[in-house]
Amino acid sequence: MKRYSAFAIVREALMNDHKGWERAWRNAQPKKRYDVVIVGAGGHGLATAYYLGKNFGITNVAVIEKGWLGGGNTGRNTTIIRSNYLQDASAAIYEKARSLYETMSQDLNYNVMFSPRGVMMLAQTEHEVRGYQRTAHANALQGVQTEFISPRRVKDIVPIINLDGPRYPVLGALWQERGGTARHDAVAWGYARACSAMGMDIIQQCEVTGVTRDGARVSGVDTSKGHIACEKLGIVVAGHSGELARMAGFRLPVESAPLQALVSEPIKPVMDCVVMANTVHGYMSQSDKGEMVIGGGTDSYNAFTQRGSFHHIEHTVAALIETFPMVSRLKMLRQWGGIVDMTGDRSPILSRTPVDGIFINCGWGTGGFKAIPGSGWGFAELMATGKSALCAEFGMDRFAKGRFIDESVAAGVAH
Amino acid sequence: MLIFNCPHCGVAAEETELSGGGEAHLKRFGPGCSDADFEGYLFTRENPKGVHFERWRHAFGCGKWFIAARDTVTLEVFGTYPAQTSEPPREIFDRISEKRPGWSWCNLSGEA
Repeated sequence: MKRYSAFAIVREALMNDHKGWERAWRNAQPKKRYDVVIVGAGGHGLATAYYLGKNFGITNVAVIEKGWLGGGNTGRNTTIIRSNYLQDASAAIYEKARSLYETMSQDLNYNVMFSPRGVMMLAQTEHEVRGYQRTAHANALQGVQTEFISPRRVKDIVPIINLDGPRYPVLGALWQERGGTARHDAVAWGYARACSAMGMDIIQQCEVTGVTRDGARVSGVDTSKGHIACEKLGIVVAGHSGELARMAGFRLPVESAPLQALVSEPIKPVMDCVVMANTVHGYMSQSDKGEMVIGGGTDSYNAFTQRGSFHHIEHTVAALIETFPMVSRLKMLRQWGGIVDMTGDRSPILSRTPVDGIFINCGWGTGGFKAIPGSGWGFAELMATGKSALCAEFGMDRFAKGRFIDESVAAGVAH
Repeated sequence: MLIFNCPHCGVAAEETELSGGGEAHLKRFGPGCSDADFEGYLFTRENPKGVHFERWRHAFGCGKWFIAARDTVTLEVFGTYPAQTSEPPREIFDRISEKRPGWSWCNLSGEA
């Protein structure tokens, strides 16, 4: 792998007419056998493969993908990175992820455009004020830097905001200054390039059609490109986790639903942080291109349509117009959906499964992008060594034991 | 937007008139059951890519519960029927079999 650098740009420009750039990763065909097969070449799958290689020296790895690399939820989210969760287990894995994002561009030698511009979660009811003050205190104990700020500071940071909304005035906000956004595609591409450089195979357009077992242990996967044998199998397929689990012979506490997002036409810079308004349910940031990136709601029923219901757009945009009156004149350019995998307690599953050798990483629901490096770090440790402190609380047995990681009620967030 | 015919009041109801109630035909478990059965009842879901049965309430209409048979990929609706039953009526079975030969869902399946 040739390193990217300012010197490389000069060299290519002056000496090679830009013909010396390599493909970022090899588009491989499957071998007969690997030590580890990861299903799903999204952020979480690629990060898992990367840390298997980097932290544990396991490089005989294939990452197989039904569609194209990073074409699922990794390319469909609103790119928000934060770690202001209430529960200790969540704060640990999301803060690990956020801290890895800070050095990711240097680590991968790939510019993921991490922008720690700050994430603000508005408190618009008395309950939210108390809830976010509690979260700020919890974060202080967890070593996550957040603070509860006054409406005046909210207005200083976000001049376009309307503090005295007709329904829900802004009463304060939970502010995580070191949260922000990153270029979502670049995260997948950067990990793919680094994995490929370690000799791993990334195999696109390779759909898993079955999971083969040797007694109680996994022996490989049947795919549209033939059978691939493996010692260990990692299932990292978000919305399709239920389908893969069915092939492997177990069931999951997961339901899949479309979550949608939309972007406006590009405008001059107006807002240099991420704002989430969870009571009225809308969140927004401005991309480097100038588009306002807007997150919408999840459909209330199971579906795999990757577009979402139309009425959610109206609901989301109405909420944003209350909070930011100036967006009422913006034209919306694009809208899309991703299939999110929701668990019973809205926290992820990083776990062994009833089948020996199969591990599952799913249930990130509406908030997976921010967790990619932390999830990959912990899940790689779990797959390589059989245990991981980061993943310990996220086992799939927690539902039978009633040991939930209850973020949906505790934080009341849109994730 | 999803549109279901409410089997109780006969109205063609849009998604915004309805509230979803999750997977249908769940077998309930309570005190005295095994942990696995209770977990299954509370959390484990079929979550199929294809034919699905789910509960809906005509919340802003007649207020009654019904069950819809639907495809989660195409959003095609195969039919609706009142919720006071433990399995779908024959004509819903036949309609799904006609359109999705060889379908299956939980312990239900149609003829190929």
